[in-house]
Amino acid sequence: MDTKTIYARLNKVFRDVFDDDTITVNPKTTADDIDDWDSLEHITLINAVEREFKMKFKMGEVSSMKNVGEMVQIIAARAK
Amino acid sequence: MKELEYPFDAEYIIKKRKSLKRALLADGSKRLKKKIAVFGGSTTNDIVVYLELFLLHQGIEAEFYQSEYAQYWQDAMFPSEELLHFQPDIVFIHTTNRNISHYPTVKDDKQTVEELLTAEYEKFEQMWTKIAETYHCPIIQNNFEMPFYRLMGNKDCSDYRGRLNFLTRLNEKFYEYADKTEGFYINDINYVSACYGLKEWSDPFYWNMYKYAMCVDAIPSFSFNLSHIIKSVFGKNKKALALDLDNTLWGGVVGDDGVEGIRIGQETGESQSYYEFQSYIKSLKDLGIILTVCSKNDHENAIAGLNHPEGVLKPEDFIIIKANWENKDRNIVEIASELNILPDSIVFVDDNPAERAIVSVQVSGVSAPEMDGVENYIMTLDRNGYFEVTTFNEDDLKRNEMYKANAQRAAQQATFADYQEYLKSLEMTAVIDDFMPVYLQRITQLSNKSNQFNVTTKRYTPTEMEEVYHSSEYIRLYGKLVDKFGDNGVVSVVIGKKDGAVLNMELWLMSCRVLKRDMELAMLDRLVERCREQGISTIRGYYYPTAKNNMVRELYKFFGFTKISEDEAGNTVWELSTDGYENRNHVIKVEDNTALK
Repeated sequence: MDTKTIYARLNKVFRDVFDDDTITVNPKTTADDIDDWDSLEHITLINAVEREFKMKFKMGEVSSMKNVGEMVQIIAARAK
Repeated sequence: MKELEYPFDAEYIIKKRKSLKRALLADGSKRLKKKIAVFGGSTTNDIVVYLELFLLHQGIEAEFYQSEYAQYWQDAMFPSEELLHFQPDIVFIHTTNRNISHYPTVKDDKQTVEELLTAEYEKFEQMWTKIAETYHCPIIQNNFEMPFYRLMGNKDCSDYRGRLNFLTRLNEKFYEYADKTEGFYINDINYVSACYGLKEWSDPFYWNMYKYAMCVDAIPSFSFNLSHIIKSVFGKNKKALALDLDNTLWGGVVGDDGVEGIRIGQETGESQSYYEFQSYIKSLKDLGIILTVCSKNDHENAIAGLNHPEGVLKPEDFIIIKANWENKDRNIVEIASELNILPDSIVFVDDNPAERAIVSVQVSGVSAPEMDGVENYIMTLDRNGYFEVTTFNEDDLKRNEMYKANAQRAAQQATFADYQEYLKSLEMTAVIDDFMPVYLQRITQLSNKSNQFNVTTKRYTPTEMEEVYHSSEYIRLYGKLVDKFGDNGVVSVVIGKKDGAVLNMELWLMSCRVLKRDMELAMLDRLVERCREQGISTIRGYYYPTAKNNMVRELYKFFGFTKISEDEAGNTVWELSTDGYENRNHVIKVEDNTALK
């Protein structure tokens, strides 16, 4: 799956989870850039991303991803 | 909202939680406001998010307190200022098998394991007692789900050192407590986790990573199940079923296939499925759920189908049979009005999606679950928790009889020209007296489910009602009505609080099953009598309008009270002097409760 498609689908997930249609994520996006993105919403987000791309993050990855770019790298390697 | 009824799509709910909440809050419906304290032994954030959604859908707008992570014990035993100020209407203790302090080990002897079990149980019982004393409100407690591994394999369930065995016995102890304690309810996560699939439910990833005691996708199922107890405690259960016939209660179309052609009984797998479904419905009737028929059929065909020798349900099991060619939404509205219940207390059961759609759109509040395939019918009704039982008393057992008697009364009424003559012919006898312990449960139940004939719509928890009962500051009356067709049970409750020579009415309610029987006048007569005995010269009544209680807007006027004030919201205050009051009831013979004194 190419990176562009991943970003398009990921963006939809972000908009659903944070209920905000103005969100546009880029590789540098972090939790600081999105108002509601706290540790609890992170759980919902991770879950929704896993479902969208039919893949699982490893335990270590969930807490170590620094930005959306890193998330997309993992998705690209594992998504179906 | 279909999205929030079984079978729901948990993934969708998780993804759309925010927009679903927005839509629910914007639908303009009036909801009960309740405060729920959640004492968690693990993360509770998402549990509360979905619980809030399901409760909004069921007519309750909840405000939440959540303890700090895993502080359930501390919060219960040493309540903070914040918590005391919050004053919960209900406390939910969210503990799971992750919160067991000491499991047995294989090295322990029997005696040690007994002691562990007692210690673990007593920690909980102590907490429940403390909560009940502090907040005087209902308590919901999770039981324990089974662990995700079995050290001893199959033996883990039967050996006293096994974790499965330990948790099972602890659960038993919880049930004993629940069985003898009013206002204490078990949230059966042992069952819910089994239904969901324990393997997925207890995926240790979620505990180790987020300190959730179940996987995130299971949380909606968990909260849905929990919401049933809460809405039931606060009087939001459904009351009646409106059942379609063809392909709902039996296979085939009785009008086309004839009685001998419909599929019900033991012949085939399909007919057995319908038989099982009819048996389930019959058991709901025994629980006090009112059964009615809403079917497009000629009346005689409907009756013939219900008289099928292999069927479980018979025509006399139904209070009302609407078998005609009218639109179903009209029939549902008529059923509701004939039963004196609100349409939103009805569950419409029909295999035809088009009929369900029409009824859902035309009659707001009616539940019309997706009945898709007879093998799924029971599960669909059952999982939706429409009739979640939190109290169960003799009155529930007799409800169908009472409604049946009502139908006979209606038939008799038609033969009288004069309504007073009709009332006299009913040979009514009422017992109207101060509360008695045997009736407290029913009295509390009435205070939580009466919506229409209810001037203040004040709700009481069992503990609050207990306090009213023991306090000398109140004048309390319950009314029980019997007539020649049957015993209606306790149908009216009146509570007033004394303030010098004034009695402030906190509650005046009556079950709609005895409307227009002058029972309210008999209650008033007795109230005035009790006031006079206690030196009270003024009775002050309050009416607070809700979406449902318009029928009693002028009740106090009808009683002869004078309106003292009215505010912009339509809240009114009324007064009546007990001097010179003359009894108004002339058709009901009233007695004290001498039999039970």
